[in-house]
Amino acid sequence: MGSSGTSAAAAGHHGQATRRDFLYLAAGGFGAVGVGAALWPFIHSMNPAADVLALASTEVDLKPIQQGQRITVTWRGKPVFIDHRTAEQVKSARDVGLQDLPDPQADQKRVKSGKDQWLVVLGVCTHLGCVPLGQKSGESKGEYGGWFCPCHGSHYDTSGRIRKGPAPKNLEVPDFTFVNDTLIRIG
Amino acid sequence: MAQNNGFFENPTVKWIEHRLPIFSFLDHSLGSQYPTPRNLNYWWNFGSLAGFMLVVMILSGVFLAMNYTPHVDHAFGSVERIMRDVNYGWLIRYIHMNGASMFFIVVYIHIFRGLYFGSYKPPREILWWLGIVILLLMMATAFMGYVLPWGQMSFWGATVITNLFSAIPLVGDKIVTLLWGGFSVDNATLNRFFALHYLLPFVIAGVVVLHIWALHVHGSNNPLGIDARGPQDKIPFHPYYTVKDAFGLAVFMIFFMFFVFFAPNFFGEPDNYIPANPMVTPAHIVPEWYFLPFYAILRSVTFNILFIDAKLGGVLAMFGSILILFLLPWLDTSRVRSGRFRPVFKVFYWLFFVVCMLLGWVGGQPADATAAGIPLLRIGQVCTFWYFFHFVVVLPLLGWFERPRPLPISISQPVLGGGRIAAAAASKPMEKA
Ligand code: HEM
Ligand code: FES
Repeated sequence: MGSSGTSAAAAGHHGQATRRDFLYLAAGGFGAVGVGAALWPFIHSMNPAADVLALASTEVDLKPIQQGQRITVTWRGKPVFIDHRTAEQVKSARDVGLQDLPDPQADQKRVKSGKDQWLVVLGVCTHLGCVPLGQKSGESKGEYGGWFCPCHGSHYDTSGRIRKGPAPKNLEVPDFTFVNDTLIRIG
Repeated sequence: MAQNNGFFENPTVKWIEHRLPIFSFLDHSLGSQYPTPRNLNYWWNFGSLAGFMLVVMILSGVFLAMNYTPHVDHAFGSVERIMRDVNYGWLIRYIHMNGASMFFIVVYIHIFRGLYFGSYKPPREILWWLGIVILLLMMATAFMGYVLPWGQMSFWGATVITNLFSAIPLVGDKIVTLLWGGFSVDNATLNRFFALHYLLPFVIAGVVVLHIWALHVHGSNNPLGIDARGPQDKIPFHPYYTVKDAFGLAVFMIFFMFFVFFAPNFFGEPDNYIPANPMVTPAHIVPEWYFLPFYAILRSVTFNILFIDAKLGGVLAMFGSILILFLLPWLDTSRVRSGRFRPVFKVFYWLFFVVCMLLGWVGGQPADATAAGIPLLRIGQVCTFWYFFHFVVVLPLLGWFERPRPLPISISQPVLGGGRIAAAAASKPMEKA
C-alpha cells in the first residue's frame, strides 16, 4: 500500500496522473450532459402544449364598427383592441416626431396601408400585462387619447404607442391580414 | 439537568430507544437536554410560532385540496362550494386564508427580532441565510396559493407577477411563456401553480430542519447578544421554554382566531370574490398585504438607470431588496450583536422600520395617488432609496463610527447599566436554576 502510494505519487510528477484527471473530467462531463438531457423533457413539458399552440386564428367582421368606435375580441386568450379611428385620431398619431417616442415607430408601420383608419393591437400593457382602459366610452383614454393602463400608469396614444409611464414598448400589433375590405383574420 | 419523571426508565420507551433513539433525539433537540440562554424574551417566541403556522398551513391545505378543483372553469366554483356546502369548509378555508397572513406576521416579527439583536452575525450567518431561503419559498407558495381561487385578484396578480420575468433581457418572454405554459395566464398555469403550491410547503419544512440544525450548533442568540459563558447562563429548553412557547401560542391563537371567526376577510380583497376575467383588469390591483413593501419598491423605479430600463430596474430593485439580506452579515461591520448596546444603531433601526411600514402603505395605494399634495410615488422613491442606503451605507459606517455601550460580562452577571431584563434577573437568586 505504502509503496504503491509512493509510486503513484512519483508517477504523478511525470504527468501520468493526468489519465485519472481525464477520466474524472470525462465521466463528470458525460454525467452533466446526461443530467441535462434528462432534465430537458421536464422543462419543455412546461412550455405550451400542441393543443395550445394549435389554437385557431380568429376572424373579425369590421362592418358593424362605426368610425370612432373600438371593440375588443379574444385571441389566444388575450384581448385584441380594434379601433376604427377618425381622421383626427390618425392625424394626431402622425403629427408627432419620432424623437418624442420612447419606442419610436411610425403610425404607418403599425397599420395596413390603405386601411389607415384600422388600428389592431393586443390589449396587453407592455409593462406587466394589465388590460389598458379606453375601450368603453367613459373610460380614461390617458393623456394622449389612446389608452391608459391603471395598474402603474402607462399612457398610450392613438396609434397604441407608449408615451408616458413605466411600459417600455408600444402595444403589440399582432399578425393579421385583410381577407377582404371588411373582414380581418388575426393569427 | 431537569428530571424526566422516569420517562426513560419505561420499558416500552427503552425498547424503542434501543432500536430508534427518537426520544433522546427529541430530548436533545427541544427537550430537557437542550440548553438555552436563560434570558430569552418574548421576541424569541416567534420562531416556534412560525413552525406552528407551517403545520397549520399544511394541514388545512391538505383538507382544502380534497375539495378543490384546479381548472379555470371550476376553481372559483369549487372554492365557493367549500365555503357553502362542504362541512366546516368555511372554517378550513378561513384558517388557511388568514393563516397565510398570520404566518407572514409571525415571520416578519421573527426577522425584525433578528435584525435588532444581531442574530445574523457570526457564527449564525448560514442560519440567517436559511431563514431568507424560507422567506423566499414562503413568498412563492403564498403567491401561487392566492392564484388558486381564480378570482380577479388571483388572475391579475398572477399576470403582473409572472410578467416581471419578461423584464429579463433576451430570454424574458421565453421564460414567461414557459411559466404560463401558454400565451397568457390560463388553465396550464393554474394547474402547475396548484402542483407547486402543494409541493413547496414540504420543501419549506425541509429547509426548516436545516435552519434548526444550524441553530442547534451554536444555540440561540439572546437579548444581550453575548455568548453564554457556562452552564449558569443556560436553562433547559424543557420545561422552561416549552411552557413559555405554549403560553405565547395561546395568546397568539386568540389573535389568529379573532380574524378567523370575526373578521375573516379583513386581510383579503373584495375583488377576489369576482371570478377571473382575462378581458378586464380591476381598476386598482394590489397584491396581498405581505408583498406591499416590495411592490412599492418595484413601482418606485420609473426612470432608466444607464442601460437598464425602468421595467427591469424595478424588478431588480424588488428582488435586490430581499437578496441584499444575504449580505447583511458582512454589511453590518459592528461586532456588537445586540441593538441594546448600540445607541446610534437603535435610531437607524427604528427609522428603517418606519421606512418599511411607509413602503407597505405606499404599495397599497393607486399609482398616481397623493397625500397632502405629495405624490406617493415620491415618498415610495425616498423610502426605496433609504431601504438600500440603510444596508449599503449606514450599517457599514456605523460599525466604524459608533461607540457601543459596555457589554455585560456574562448573561447571569451583567455589569451595571447592562440590559434591563438581565439586570432584573440577576437581582433574583437564580444561581441554582
Ligand atoms: C407555506 C404554507 C402555505 C401558504 C403560505 C399558503 C397560502 C395560501 C394562500 C394565500 C391561499 C389563498 C387563500 C384564498 O384567498 O382563498 C391558498 C389557497 C390554497 N392552498 Fe395554500 N398555503 C400553504 C400551504 C398549502 C398546502 C401544503 C396545501 C395542500 C396540501 C395548500 C392547498 C391550498 C388550496 C387547495 C388552496 C385553494 C383554496 C382556497 O383558495 O381557499 N396550501 N394557500
Ligand atoms: S401593467 Fe400597465 S402600467 Fe404596469
